[in-house]
Amino acid sequence: MHEMSLAEGVLQIIEDSAKAQNFRRVKTVWLEIGQLAGVEVEAMRFCFDAVMRDSVAQGAKLEIVATPGQAWCMDCAATVQVQALYDICPQCGGARLQVTGGNEMRVKELEVE
Amino acid sequence: MCTTCGCGSGQTLVGGHALRHRRKPGAQVQYRAHEQEAAQVHAHGTMDFGAGPAGAHAPGLSQARMVQIERDILSRNDGYAEENRSYLAAHGIFALNLVSSPGSGKTSLLVKTIAALNNELKLAVIEGDQQTDNDAARIRATGATALQINTGKGCHLDAHMVGRAMEQLQLQDDSLLLIENVGNLVCPASFDLGEAHKVAILSVTEGEDKPLKYPDMFRAADLMLLNKCDLLPYLTFDAELAVANARRVNPDIQVIRTSATSGEGMGEWLEWIRAGCKKAVDRKSIDGR
Ligand SMILES: Nc1nc2c(ncn2[C@@H]2O[C@H](COP(=O)(O)OP(=O)(O)OP(=O)(O)O)[C@@H](O)[C@H]2O)c(=O)[nH]1
Ligand SMILES: [Mg+2]
Ligand SMILES: [Zn+2]
Ligand SMILES: [Zn+2]
Repeated sequence: MHEMSLAEGVLQIIEDSAKAQNFRRVKTVWLEIGQLAGVEVEAMRFCFDAVMRDSVAQGAKLEIVATPGQAWCMDCAATVQVQALYDICPQCGGARLQVTGGNEMRVKELEVE
Repeated sequence: MCTTCGCGSGQTLVGGHALRHRRKPGAQVQYRAHEQEAAQVHAHGTMDFGAGPAGAHAPGLSQARMVQIERDILSRNDGYAEENRSYLAAHGIFALNLVSSPGSGKTSLLVKTIAALNNELKLAVIEGDQQTDNDAARIRATGATALQINTGKGCHLDAHMVGRAMEQLQLQDDSLLLIENVGNLVCPASFDLGEAHKVAILSVTEGEDKPLKYPDMFRAADLMLLNKCDLLPYLTFDAELAVANARRVNPDIQVIRTSATSGEGMGEWLEWIRAGCKKAVDRKSIDGR
């Protein structure tokens, strides 16, 4: 995944919110990243530091909240945990799964001053 | 790099001209209204945080506080994509976003497609590549209108670039818009351009496991063209397995086996396009009533 573009997306959101909420510095950024979102967390940290340089979020701490991959199994009629987009159902081995969680890529919260 | 919209506007060229900001998502869409553009271009990389409304920070008082955001990282792109989508819908334009790894045959398929459809419907092409306008030149040689976007270092098209290209192209009502994305099986999956469908092209020389290695792309696509099928007799490629792998990540994906060289599967592909164009036109007249 192109973590650089994502980090730029994060910065846009921070800068929009700096204008709207009137803050000068961001101390901590909480991102919610789903396990199925295809984001490489280490690459994200690296790009984050580079992209935030010279911005309100320069040197900000990055906290990543990982959300588990979840899918609805049509055969079990139950929510099951999955590790990858093409996983089969861990209960019945079936492939009729619809991903219901773990795709998130969101900026959740900021600690600012 | 542009820190305001992440579009890398310093290196992005639309039809040979530098990409400029004009509008924010959610703002009124004014296609073909370039006059005000210069005034609305904002200074990249500079932002005056001292100029906020009254009630700003008291000097010397550092108060940390929490701000709830809850916004998708790609929300700005998605805002532009929605603008593009509603423009396309209002004008009965059927737009396809062709995605694949480099060299799968996107341009070759487009050239064949245009040759077959050019007399029957109005169409335009947006070509995305990091450098060169070779592909747009190949398209123009067919007589069709084509605009090249050079993304510079960027590895995908985004909805902002495509919106600007749409303006320059002056798309006709009830037409077909074909967008060839940058050859890359990774990022273009995440960037909605406002198209009706992503079409993933997988060529038979790439290996059956590509859908498993790049699941996001095959999940995002509604149609897969399995291209270069004319080469199957010379390869050990297992076409059934490739299709099964694509369906494993996306049970609903449609598949057409094609060859831009022999013309195999072109009939089915053209029918699929015609059906989409008809639907776009029908929907426009229903919504427009
Ligand atoms: N045998 C065979 N060769 C093909 C077919 N389609 C494309 N090619 C060849 O594959 C090469 C790449 O084709 P292009 O159409 O340029 O591929 P592309 O996906 O547009 O490439 P990029 O834009 O660079 O990502 C060319 O040499 C084509 O002649 C096909 O169906 N069969
Ligand atoms: Mg091409
Ligand atoms: Zn099950
Ligand atoms: Zn990219």
